[in-house]
Amino acid sequence: MTGLATTFGSGAMTNSINEIEQAEVIIVSGSNTTEAHPQVARRIFDALDNGAKLIVIDPRRTLLAEFAHIHLDIKGGTDIPLLNGMMRVILDENLVDDLFIEMRTENYHALRDMLFRLDLNKIADITGVALEKISAAAQLYARAQKAVICYCLGITQHVCGTGNVETIANLAMMAGHVEKEFTGVDPLRGQNNVQGACDMGALPGVFPSYQAVNNPEHREKFERAWGVELSPVPGLTLMHMTHGGPKSPVRGMFIMGENPVLSEPKANKVDQTLKELEFLAVSDIFLSETAQLAHVVFPAASFAEKTGTFTNSERRVQMVRQAIPPIGSCRPDCEIIMSISERLGYPMDYESTAEIMEEIALLAPTYGGMHHDRLESSWGLQWPCWDREHPGTPFLHKYYFSRGLGQFIPTTHQSPGELPDDDYPLVLNTGMVYHQYRTATMTRNSVTLNRECNEAVLEVNPQDAASYNIRTDDMVKLSSRRGSITLKAQVTEQVGAGSVYTTFHFTEAPINELTVDTKDPKSKCPEFKVCAVKMEKITT
Amino acid sequence: MKDVLTTCAYCGCGCGLYLHVENGKVTGSMASRNHPVSHHNLCVKGWHIHEFIHNSSRLTQPLMRKNGKLVPVSWDEALDFTAENLRRIRDNTNCQGLGVLASAKCTNEENYLLQKFTRTVLKTNNIDHCARL
Repeated sequence: MTGLATTFGSGAMTNSINEIEQAEVIIVSGSNTTEAHPQVARRIFDALDNGAKLIVIDPRRTLLAEFAHIHLDIKGGTDIPLLNGMMRVILDENLVDDLFIEMRTENYHALRDMLFRLDLNKIADITGVALEKISAAAQLYARAQKAVICYCLGITQHVCGTGNVETIANLAMMAGHVEKEFTGVDPLRGQNNVQGACDMGALPGVFPSYQAVNNPEHREKFERAWGVELSPVPGLTLMHMTHGGPKSPVRGMFIMGENPVLSEPKANKVDQTLKELEFLAVSDIFLSETAQLAHVVFPAASFAEKTGTFTNSERRVQMVRQAIPPIGSCRPDCEIIMSISERLGYPMDYESTAEIMEEIALLAPTYGGMHHDRLESSWGLQWPCWDREHPGTPFLHKYYFSRGLGQFIPTTHQSPGELPDDDYPLVLNTGMVYHQYRTATMTRNSVTLNRECNEAVLEVNPQDAASYNIRTDDMVKLSSRRGSITLKAQVTEQVGAGSVYTTFHFTEAPINELTVDTKDPKSKCPEFKVCAVKMEKITT
Repeated sequence: MKDVLTTCAYCGCGCGLYLHVENGKVTGSMASRNHPVSHHNLCVKGWHIHEFIHNSSRLTQPLMRKNGKLVPVSWDEALDFTAENLRRIRDNTNCQGLGVLASAKCTNEENYLLQKFTRTVLKTNNIDHCARL
């Protein structure tokens, strides 16, 4: 989300999910929306029924791509040249929104100079997409009155993830497609409360509401509220904590409800790092792969057994209500944290989660008007919500950007960290299926979902299948420079020739033992979407 | 028998749904008719979200590693042991040696408390979660 923070000033969906229904043109980039965000996909189909035009940017022929008016089937990791090409077309066709750029943005000339130096034929070469298609997509988008761009991890999980997002923001600002209802840039957040966890300051560099730990004013505010001296040094990121190996400065960890052993790239290194720790405590609802390595495991209450709030992708803070008492001797994570804190001489005596939210409202300006009593009597509130009277904000950047002026940041193509070669000739891409979720700690313990889909398959293009002599349901061995796994093949035109694709849910086929840990230098987001692999048929 | 309105715990769409409770157990889920996102509709994960809650492999008591194996212990023993180890590592490493992972699955209140605990008690900013994954 770093990319939207630098360009717009706020790393979140600019629209509400419902607004997508009314858009005239929708660009979906790097999101398998029907599988991962069913409700957003539903809005896209509703919009299509209303006559909207759909442009899908994806190396795979996803279900949504089948419905697209234009499918830009780019080579993995070439989003920046494609979007730059679209902007050059907008420039050449004189479809730039000059008034918007003049009033609301800065640094446009740098972008324009960069675009004028581009060679469109070269872009068609790099991306593998015909120039006519790029041009048609650009004109469709720029001529629309109401247009949204939805993107997901297919954009961010690249070595140039931040650059990809900045390029999307450039495109939207150039066409003047921000600040209005039904118009904007919408990163679809993967998890129920990933937006909230960021807002709450579960990040190494910021307090709640993105107030920097190295800003003396912000730090002083929290020191006064919490009554202790705080460190001005930003902490280590997740990858630094879990990939350090024996030399890592981290000797002990507390992990709440995460499963890094399965979810992170170069997973065998995570396994090794966690095993080397002097002390590891995990709190989870199931004995996850990570919990199995712990010294202490706390049984946590599930979402049905506690009260609190989640913040969804459209910034809507909503109540989670307790339906049943915790099963067995489970306890909500709040209680677990408070019990440990008390033993370490810093008692936190909150009587309810509503009281915790009162403290959040005091310290996090964007949550200033979020109180449980208000959230109880509504469908939640969308931040920014500055005070008790504020009605919340359905779409962002009306009249001015969160950072003041929107900033154009010209970006250029950066090759993925690992490209196919003679030894590892195929490109591996990873993603999710409809019936499973993330590392599947929850879904695999659900009977119906497991019945529908319970194993990883490797999608292989018919051309490659023919040359490797592979048929659907054959077992194949897939290897990269980091490890190898065995799984079933499925021959399909959903993937292009030279690429393979699989899901990351299943512990029997832990695909992240193959992926690279090259990461975006700014967002520290690992490149899950491109790495080089080789495939061998297993003959029995 | 009751239905409790709550928020789905799977993806970032944040559907409103009712959990159906019978004899102290969650036995079903149902879409909210008027919720702005779900609008009388859920995906397959939402319709079956009750299934994992009472799964027999849920953890129900604290575990501690003894002689290489995780065995059930009391809450006090698990909490005391954790506090002791966190204190020891914090003090021996000049507050550099501890790391905390919060969760995009947990509530705002839990994430807020965990980062407050990390910054005030463990005295480090080594806290992160899987936002980038």
